Amino acid sequence: MKPRLTQAPSPGLTLPRAGCARPAGRLPRLLPDGFATEPTSLADHLASYGPLPRSGRGPRQRDELIREVELAGLAGRGGAGFPTARKLAAVAARRHAVVVGNGTEGEPASAKDKVLMARSPHLVLDGAVAAAELVGAREAVIVAHPAVSGIIAAAAAERRHAHLDRVRITVVPGTDRFVAGEASAVVHWIERGVPKPKATPVRLSERGLHGRPTLVQNVETLAHLALIARYGAGWFRGIGTAKEPGSILVTLAGAVRHPGVYEVAIGTPVAEVLARGGGPAGPLGALLVGGYFGRWADPDQAAALPLSAEGLAGLGASAGAGLLAALPADACGLAETARITRYLAGESAGQCGPCVFGLDAIAGQLERLAQGRGPDLVKLERWIGQVGSGRGACKHPDGTVGMVASALELFSDEIDQHAEGWCRGTGGYAGVLPVPTRGAR
Amino acid sequence: MSGGTASRTGGGRHGGGTGHEVRLKIDMIACDGRGLCAEVLPELITLDDWGFPIIEKGPVPAGLRSQAAEAVSLCPRLALRLER
Repeated sequence: MKPRLTQAPSPGLTLPRAGCARPAGRLPRLLPDGFATEPTSLADHLASYGPLPRSGRGPRQRDELIREVELAGLAGRGGAGFPTARKLAAVAARRHAVVVGNGTEGEPASAKDKVLMARSPHLVLDGAVAAAELVGAREAVIVAHPAVSGIIAAAAAERRHAHLDRVRITVVPGTDRFVAGEASAVVHWIERGVPKPKATPVRLSERGLHGRPTLVQNVETLAHLALIARYGAGWFRGIGTAKEPGSILVTLAGAVRHPGVYEVAIGTPVAEVLARGGGPAGPLGALLVGGYFGRWADPDQAAALPLSAEGLAGLGASAGAGLLAALPADACGLAETARITRYLAGESAGQCGPCVFGLDAIAGQLERLAQGRGPDLVKLERWIGQVGSGRGACKHPDGTVGMVASALELFSDEIDQHAEGWCRGTGGYAGVLPVPTRGAR
Repeated sequence: MSGGTASRTGGGRHGGGTGHEVRLKIDMIACDGRGLCAEVLPELITLDDWGFPIIEKGPVPAGLRSQAAEAVSLCPRLALRLER
């Protein structure tokens, strides 16, 4: 039963309405039910979810709602998993704040933010508005991947025409560079069109966009926030695990029958998540869990693990940016790792020595390894230690090195095989996972 | 109490505090791998394979404070700072 479309949101409502018609345990929460080819219109969005309750202006009401978000246990869905209520509180304590929605999705194999913005733009915008009201901001900027920025800009215009929000929403197309998604890089992009992280020691929650206290949240996080504002913490915790509640958008890529974006409860076993996408397309050699900063895992080992930070901790992995990429058994994991690492090396912002030189050097050795050209594994280990230890302005080198280290561990047999001059990769793949090529920089 | 005032950027002196710890921090974007710091403070700074500094974590030992201050002032890129 869909709730009736009401005329206008009630301005004084500060706590979520009780008794919503949307069962807590039902999926999907964020994406439209069934197959959709168009973005959900404002009218359909309101019919489906009901209106967004508006937070009162007073700090006490805002604190109550932040508390609700804390009770809900919402954590960031951009990859770092930082508790959202804590970020909200840090920015809410200051004045003249601004909200930034991060929809850049520079991770090439990941599509979940694009799909969310393309299908449920109003949920993302509701979340931006709710976040702005919670931190006392009057404006929100959504930086959206260029493939979908037009759609979410149109949704923002729809809302302006309907005079829906007291918060001014701006949509800025992003650039699909990999490091452009780092929080300070998103701010830098809005300010000066430079998609590079900043070295400032000051937190964005203190001085960010144009020197103002800035809340940066992934667009999926904002969408979940929009639902907590409506239905409350108890509802939000209706699926997921006790420590990691809620649902998560996952991109299934590589050797699965139906690659794409799926919404699952956190804690769903990995095999079940893959089954949502039709399951493996054939025997698998490896799974890349999380994203290009994630961890390579043995598919049989990973299959039974819950898709959650807790469940994947044994692999040194987390759900990360929500990517599960399946490598077929007849692909070469070392070749794949070399390709991804060369891509990541090329995506360095070019600002810090260890990243610029170190990732290039590591990629070079991995290429030698993949091609059976006698890599220097001693140098490779040393460089992994030097490059991955927090010595850059952002986590690009660290993330890359973490993924590489997991590859060297998982594909240790393949390292021996390559040293002996043969490779199990008989599938003739040029590559399985996407590594966009760039023109000369 | 209002939490409205933004705190100062790192490097300035914060009022109060009984700790005498200082830490050597580096702006890796400004750093150009010139290596003067490692010459002046080899006890705490080594260079990686590309000439960029690797700084020992943790507070600067009291006996090395003045060398650390010298490293900060010698850096041609002003990439080093001492923080309380």
